[in-house]
This record gives sequence, C-alpha cells and structure tokens, in this order.
Amino acid sequence: MNDESLSSSSPSSSKPTSTGEPALSSSKEQLQRVTGLSKGKAWVFGDNINTDIIIPFRFKSRTNDPYEMAKYAMYGFDPDFHKKISKDDIIVAGRNFGGGSSREQAPVALKYAGISAVIAESFARIFYRNAFTIGLPALEIPEIKGKVNQGDEIKIDIVNFTAEKVRTKEIFYAKQIPQFMSQMLLEGGLIEYYKKYKQFPWTERKDF
Amino acid sequence: MQSLSSSSSSSPSLQQEKQDISHLKSVLEDNSLTFAEKAISIKRVTKITGLDSSNKSKVVSMAGDIVIVDVDLAMAQDSTGPLAIRSLNEMGIDKLYDPSKVLLVIDHTFPAADEKVANLHALIRDFTSKHNCMLVEGSISHQHILEYLAAPGMMILGADSHTCQAGCVSAFASGIGSTEIAAVWATGELWLRVPETIKINLSGTFNKGIFARDLILDYIGKVGEDGANYKALEWKFSNEDVRKQFSMDSRACISNASMECGAKISVFPTDEITREYLLENSKMNNNVEKIEIQPGSSAKYIDEFEIECNKIEPQVSGPDHVDIVHSVDELANIEIDQAFIGSSTNGRIEDLEVTAHILKGRKVHKNTRCVVTPASVKVYEEAIRRGYVEIYLEAGAVFTNATCGACVGTHLGALGENEICISSSSRNFVGRMGALSSKIYLASPATVAASAIEGKIADSRGYF
Repeated sequence: MNDESLSSSSPSSSKPTSTGEPALSSSKEQLQRVTGLSKGKAWVFGDNINTDIIIPFRFKSRTNDPYEMAKYAMYGFDPDFHKKISKDDIIVAGRNFGGGSSREQAPVALKYAGISAVIAESFARIFYRNAFTIGLPALEIPEIKGKVNQGDEIKIDIVNFTAEKVRTKEIFYAKQIPQFMSQMLLEGGLIEYYKKYKQFPWTERKDF
Repeated sequence: MQSLSSSSSSSPSLQQEKQDISHLKSVLEDNSLTFAEKAISIKRVTKITGLDSSNKSKVVSMAGDIVIVDVDLAMAQDSTGPLAIRSLNEMGIDKLYDPSKVLLVIDHTFPAADEKVANLHALIRDFTSKHNCMLVEGSISHQHILEYLAAPGMMILGADSHTCQAGCVSAFASGIGSTEIAAVWATGELWLRVPETIKINLSGTFNKGIFARDLILDYIGKVGEDGANYKALEWKFSNEDVRKQFSMDSRACISNASMECGAKISVFPTDEITREYLLENSKMNNNVEKIEIQPGSSAKYIDEFEIECNKIEPQVSGPDHVDIVHSVDELANIEIDQAFIGSSTNGRIEDLEVTAHILKGRKVHKNTRCVVTPASVKVYEEAIRRGYVEIYLEAGAVFTNATCGACVGTHLGALGENEICISSSSRNFVGRMGALSSKIYLASPATVAASAIEGKIADSRGYF
C-alpha cells in the first residue's frame, strides 16, 4: 500500500534482470500527484509518430528498467533527445501519435525521460490506453493543430484536462475520458492506483 | 422428497442457464448487431456509466458502451511479458485468476540474441513455471494462437498489437499493453469500449500473382495509418467465388495487417473454411465454447468500403510508413540489400509455398541476401515435409528457425547503415530492422521472392 511494499521481493526480483532496478512506482519522476498541474516547454512533432520512433524494439526488448528505456526516448527522431529535453517538457504532436506496436515501453520511456504530458490531435488506440495506465497524461486536442511552436510554454491541468498556452493564455480542452481513467491518472497510473485501493479503477469502488 | 429438494436447490442455476441460453440465442439472431456488438454481448459484462457499474450479467452491448468483459485468453510475449510480470510484482499480486487462460510466448528474439534478452527470457520461464500457465517458445504468438487456441466467439487479449490476427477465425482479438495484460491475468477481465464498425465488401477474384497482402496494403494506402483507429473491421464476401479464394492463411494476413491502419479488431465471418481449419488443427483447449457469430444484416456501420479484388495490382509500401503505398512498377529497379520472407503477417505455409515456387531452380541475386523465417514450428515442419527448405537453400537463401526475427531488427537479418530491404513483414517504420538510415519496403511474399532473384524491387507476375 505504501512505499515499503514497492519492490516486494518476489521470486523474480532475485533474477539478474531485475536486481538493482528502481521500482516503476518509487520514481522521483512521479508527476502531478498532488496538484494535477505541470508546466513545460513544447516539443512539436508532425503526424504518425509511431512507437518504433518513440523507442526502437532492439532497445526496449533488452531491459525491464524504465530509466534504461528513457535513454532511447524518441530515438528514431533523435538519438540524443533524452539529453536535450528538460524535466516536465511536453510533446505536442499531430495525428495518430503512438501508432504501431503495443509496447508500454513507449510512454514509459517518455515519462522517465522527463516528459510530463503528450498533447496530440489524435492518439493511436493502444498508446492512449498505455499512457493512462503508466500515468503519462495524454490529451487529445484536435484544435491544437498549428497553435503551438517549438519551445512554447504549456501548462497542463489533469484535473480539468486542459492545456494552456502560457504566453497567450489560450486554453484548450482535451477530449473527455471516463471517470475511472481520470482517477487512475490522478493517482499516477494503474500500479499506484492498485496499491492504494487494492483494486483496479474500473471495478466497483468498495471504499467510497 | 429427495428429488424435490434437489430440484429446488438447483433451480436457480438451472433457471440462470436457461436465461443464458435464451440470451445467447437472441443475441446471435439479432439482425441489428455488428460482429463486435454480438461478440461482447455473448460474454458476461459489467457496464460502466460514470462511477456506477451494474452487476456482471449477460446484456446486449452496443457500439460506444464501456464494459468490463470476461477474457478467454490473455497473452504476452518476450518483449512485453517481462514488464507485465514486473507490474504484477509491484502491485504485490501473487496469484493469477485462471492460469489456464494465461499464455506467454518467447518469439520475438528466439533463441536469445544476447545475455540481456536471455535474462528476460529466464524471467518469463520462472513465471510460467511458478504459476503453471502456458509457455510457448519459438512459434510466433499469433500463429500459435491461430493453430492451437483460437476459436470463434472467444475474447482474446494480447500484449502485442498484432493479436488482432485471431479475427480470422471470428474471435474478438485485440492488443493492449503490459500492465493491462497483468490486470487481466490477475482478474480474468478488462474494460473495453465496444467499437464502431467499418464494413468492407469484397467482390471479384484476384488476378494471377495478386495476394491478400496486396489487398490489405491497397486498403491501408487508401484509408491511412489511422483509417480504422479504434474501429472494428468486418470483412464481407459478396458471393461464394469471392469467399472461397480467401483461405485461412490469407484471412490471417489481412486480420494481422489491419493493425497498420489502427483496427481494434479485424474479423472474418465463420464459414466452411473456418470450420475446416478448426477441424484440421486440433485445439489444445477443447473445452472452449465455439460460438459462430454472423453480423446482423441490418447492423449499423460507421462506414462501408468496396474492394474489387480483380482490380488490385501488386502493392509495395514504404519506406517509413505503411500507408505510403505504390504499385510495384513505380518502385521497380530500386536495388535491395536484403529480401525478408516471414513474420506473423506473411510467414505461413501458403507464403512459403508461393516463394518456393518462385525461387525453385533460380538463384538469389549476388548482391542480395534472402532470409526466410517461418511463423511457427508447425509451418517450419510443413516446409521441410514439402521440400521447400531444400529449394531455398539451393537458391542461396537462408532458412531460419520460427521467430519474429528480422521483422523487429534484433537478430537474423538486421539492417546496416543505408541498407534497403524488401520484406513481407508487418512494418517499415524508421529503424525498425536496424540502422535509422536503412529503408524497408513491404510487399507480398511473391513480390519479395521475385525481388530477391532480381536484386531490385520486381514484379512477380512473370513468375507464375
């Protein structure tokens, strides 16, 4: 339920692959847990940024460590992307962000590289689900097209599910999501949610 | 007395059973429902509206409903399974809801290409042995599921985007991520939104040298990489001649490749070809109920599309995006370094049959490597039995073990800087098979084999 149980010593954690890895949920990069707000610079991308661009298979298939995955975030666009971004930066993309593979390592790599949210005109289905699952805010905003330039400061509010262009105070409303997805996101993702409530967010809440 | 009490104690469940049967019958006969709506309505579901959810029951679900549904098979493979196992460990979940419905497949980098992969494979083996769930090594998950596990009406979720392949035998089959598959392993269920459906009417017959892969590439080229995002694709045959030309292997190719336009599921109706396939391929889980689902004649579709098979030409997709599609003539003469025949999209026995036919008595071009990778151990064995392996070796091609192999660029045919590959595999994304500067073109196995011989992108129609 709390931090003691994070890296519970299950049989597999004694295997070489998981020895010494930080637990996904005990990360310092936990975002927006308290306020639901974050602010960062925009990295602007076009349409159809697929999961092979976000993290190539040959890197993600060799590790179970999110910080290792983060080194390859957006590798297909620029192998040094992870070094160039600052903590809380935001990706603003066109249509069909995250198309292709089901790899959850794609949103994980972005989140652990420091990306605090992804805004896109639309998302590919599996990436969208995975982003909420691992606690990376994914805001679908078709109206964002052409409105954000590289480096613009963007404020994200995951309670009201909005993005604000700080300079112009323009507010964009993201496509609404079911309440259970919103609650999962506010808790920091599915694992965090489960640890707190001992049940999955889509099942009937017994504690309310 | 005794009979009275026993009948009274069993009557609630008997009554339930009667209700279930009548519900099933009414859903299957309901002309207003799509395949997707029927496939979910025959399952026990909980509907979610806001924070409320009803008790789990058998009710009719329509496109747009969000439901929690029982899952019949939940799969992860060697590049998604380790993360799923990790997530379970982090949540402190030590017990699987029903291990007999849990499948792990070591297929993407099999056998392990290096120490790091080997350690992750070991993690999977420990997990399956501890929980007594299914483990398969070698065969590609989607092909294994088709050959041994899938049946009409099943709800199959997999931590692999191409899980949708099992729609070829009328299963509701879809890809999800690692932590969500872990949740299914823990609870036997997951939330889904019932998808809207695009109906595709197929007419006409293929010309010689044209295959299912040309059809689906042509379709993706027209609708784009997100043309079916969130949607179900329902394939419909306009008549018997059209229907008969779609073998199970060709349906599997289409259902699999439908992921490249974002489809949530891609389903073929159950027919004689489905039934024959199921009979010939003995199922490991014979207790699974096979429920034939035919979409209703007055079901509501979000879009309809007509494809005339006789008008399709050989298609080549790429580079970098699957929806950049050309006719083979437009790209003819692009020199290639590698030709790859394989993957879950096009590594089945019919694909090996057509490529063996083209390569028989010929040689792979001196500047080109040709790699042939069967999709499963069963396909591998059949290729040996039919003498195809000898043909490949005589032609100068490499025949590998069954695996995803070159498709994912970790082993058995990775690409170096600026290399060009023509491939029957699923995707041509930047750097997928190796160097970021390499280029991948996708085509039918026939086009790939003809290109291997000529050392450049080539039309296969002269080889038939």
